[in-house]
Amino acid sequence: MTKLNSNNLLLSVLPDDDVLSQCIHCGMCLATCPTYELTKLERSSPRGRLKMIKSVARGEMKISKIFAEEMNFCLDCQACETACPAGVKYGSIVEAARVVIEESGYGKLVSRFLKYIALKIIIPNKSLLKSTARLLRFYQRSGLQKFLHKSGIFKMMAPKLAEIDKLSPSVSSKFSDNHLEEKIPSAVPTKYKTAFLTGCLMNVMFDEINNDTIDVLKALNCDIFIPKNQVCCGSLNEHNGDFETAKSLAKKNIDAFGQSDYDFLITNSSGCSAFMKEYGHILKDDPEYSGKAKIFSSKVKDIMEFLADVDIEKKLNTMNDSVTYHDACHHVHTQKIFSEPRKVLQSIPELSFNELEESTWCCGSAGIYNITHYDDSMKLLERKMNNIMKTDSKIVLAANPGCISQLKYGAKKFHVDVEIMHPVSFIKKSLNANK
Amino acid sequence: MPCLNNHVKEKIKSIVGAKNFLDSVEDKLCYSYDATALYNQMPEAVVFPDDGEQISKILKLANEELFNIVPRGSGTGLSGGSIPVENSLVVVMTRWNKILEIDDRNLTATVQPGVITGQLQKEVEKLGLFYPPDPGSLNVCTIGGNVANNAGGLRGLKYGVTKNYVLGTEMILPNGELLKTGGKNYKDTAGYNLRDFIVGSEGTLGVITKILLKLIPVPSKFITLIAYFDKLSDSAKAVADIISAHITPSMLEFLDNTTINCVEDFTNIGLPRNADAILLIEVDGRGSAVDEDAEAIKKILKRDGASFVHSAESEGEASKLKSARRSAFSALARKRPTTILEDATVPRSELPVMIEKVMQASRKFDVTFGNFGHAGDGNLHPTCLTDERDNAEINRALKAFDFIFNEAIKLGGTITGEHGTGLSKKEFLELAVGIPAVDMMKKIKLSIDENNILNPGKIFSISPRCEGSLPSSRDQIKDYVS
Repeated sequence: MTKLNSNNLLLSVLPDDDVLSQCIHCGMCLATCPTYELTKLERSSPRGRLKMIKSVARGEMKISKIFAEEMNFCLDCQACETACPAGVKYGSIVEAARVVIEESGYGKLVSRFLKYIALKIIIPNKSLLKSTARLLRFYQRSGLQKFLHKSGIFKMMAPKLAEIDKLSPSVSSKFSDNHLEEKIPSAVPTKYKTAFLTGCLMNVMFDEINNDTIDVLKALNCDIFIPKNQVCCGSLNEHNGDFETAKSLAKKNIDAFGQSDYDFLITNSSGCSAFMKEYGHILKDDPEYSGKAKIFSSKVKDIMEFLADVDIEKKLNTMNDSVTYHDACHHVHTQKIFSEPRKVLQSIPELSFNELEESTWCCGSAGIYNITHYDDSMKLLERKMNNIMKTDSKIVLAANPGCISQLKYGAKKFHVDVEIMHPVSFIKKSLNANK
Repeated sequence: MPCLNNHVKEKIKSIVGAKNFLDSVEDKLCYSYDATALYNQMPEAVVFPDDGEQISKILKLANEELFNIVPRGSGTGLSGGSIPVENSLVVVMTRWNKILEIDDRNLTATVQPGVITGQLQKEVEKLGLFYPPDPGSLNVCTIGGNVANNAGGLRGLKYGVTKNYVLGTEMILPNGELLKTGGKNYKDTAGYNLRDFIVGSEGTLGVITKILLKLIPVPSKFITLIAYFDKLSDSAKAVADIISAHITPSMLEFLDNTTINCVEDFTNIGLPRNADAILLIEVDGRGSAVDEDAEAIKKILKRDGASFVHSAESEGEASKLKSARRSAFSALARKRPTTILEDATVPRSELPVMIEKVMQASRKFDVTFGNFGHAGDGNLHPTCLTDERDNAEINRALKAFDFIFNEAIKLGGTITGEHGTGLSKKEFLELAVGIPAVDMMKKIKLSIDENNILNPGKIFSISPRCEGSLPSSRDQIKDYVS
């Protein structure tokens, strides 16, 4: 059979032996791994997974159901990368292993089908994504969703799906790219020439956060460029092992943003900023795009990172709130953004800023993990909500749309009386507080 | 033909329940290692026992069916103590993670063996109490593993090692009986001191199921100092001078230039990349005595040629420095994929000579070393940066360690200060402790474990039975790689 050959071909996706040999299995990652904490099994730990991947890559072990399950059980939160003194790039290794699993047919059929529809068809196509969102908006607003839940029909037919349905954020009444102007010039001469990524899900689900981000940039007298032909950043494809679509989306964005001259490419979703900073790396072998991609990536700034570097402090007004801050994995672990948001928030006069215990632990959202691994995700969410309760804060700030939806759902499910906000929305409130 | 066949596996499954029994190839692979370089071997199966009765039954069955038992905590050991041997069942104790009691009238803690050392410390510190032993892996390693290996740590200089804090143990013996030793009495001279004998027995005598620990009041004041040196020998002299000035810091750590750079690559906290060595020092206690000690140390550091001396300005800064030091071993893996870490220890006065011997070994055998360690108590961590895929180089590395161990012993030192003998140093045990001592150890072992089922081949070899394919001595590794 050709299986062996195709396996060998498949395995070439995995990093080479030098990269895989970097892990010295010292175990420093164990204390920070949410899935190891859940099972206490080595195979659910970063070093266990790396050992398995290394064995598969060396042809000493076959790809198996357990192997596939463990790679997909991983949240890809990359907390282990932060903890790893040896500097093992665990995230990219696991993502490569997922490609191998998908291609070898060990992924779950239903989730593979859904992933295929979502990642290959809907997300890369902006108008299709918007149509889908409109359909979902109709479902959410027509009363159909409410009826299905209230009547108990949903619970009876598919109890888990009913819960998952509640997880999906409400579709915004407007889509950002429909109403935001392509060019918003500053009224006064400006230091900050920015461009802005409206995002795919941010565009249709979190229009308000996009508006708040634009308002904050305006208050700082930024030039803002929002190209109409921009597309999804491609991170969801990358994380799920679809490298080709991710690359093609990256190229489209490089072209779209390349039409104008800007110094900072701002995003308000940590997953997008994390991945767009990698464009230079993923396109390094592309003769046409390698140079452009490198420049593109060097300009990407997460909004919280940007705000920590600009003169915003004097413009912030008193806020008598008590807030806590949840670190999105793609901020703290992937981009090592930790002190920046704290610096900005702590400069708000009178604000009571309460550190969250285990603030850098994943909330369980992790892309579509809360759908594919609902029960495990809820255990992590419960832990997160318990820690939130201990801070006695009224507002929880989180800089990623996935975390925001998950935490909102958690507040409802575990009856925690807190408001969940994007920090940029809170900053906007502070900027406007005296008006 | 392994004695742990499917028939026996079924019996084990019926003891612990199917959910606590693993024997997939993936699981066996994931329990084939600990943090020790070069050694690994798959077990036949892995179990997570729920209670003492299950452990007792498993040990009896092991004696009947003649398979080996390898107890395991988090698997962060550095001498191969929890690496499976041939025909073995790994007994994982990480789910035994309850702190059963903190007695603040007697200042003791009763814990299950799977409690994470760092978590115990946090809990007792909430009550103003202190559990000093702090191995580098304290956020991951278990108390059970610490007791089994008599683990040390950064604070060993002033506070001693794990054995100084174990008041009592409960352990299931190979015949299935429960052995209780010690108790809450600070003084106890009834019979042989079995308790201290269990500490450091590396899982060769029984499976530890409960531990009674001594706690002390937490010191009220800490001062953490860091000093940079342009010359490594100056730093070694400063260490000797601090000790001979009759000051006992709680921590007196040394990092050489290679280690400094790897740690800085990981932490980005601004360590001096050009310094030949740094010393990280902490003094603790109460009131003005702490300040006086810190001042005296600063004077010595400057007199001995430190180019820069700084005291941490906040608890946060101090804790960053200490965490950075704890990452040293793993951070060295940034240079090369295999880091062979040893813990040769010498009387403190011989430290400068020993550091020189490590550098000599590096030159003589053409291998790279990162050197760091607990300078204050003479416990060095010469770490060979190499690549297990390069047989010739591994061979030279092993020869370099031969040299280092022999030199340490010549200086009146020992082959292991805090990691245990395990697999990686058993070849040197006779040299370190003498033939009568090893003979006595073997006799004791066989009188407790007549079939040699508990972690056989660790510390010393008794018989070749079922240690077969594992490269269990350095000679065998040399044969194996050459």
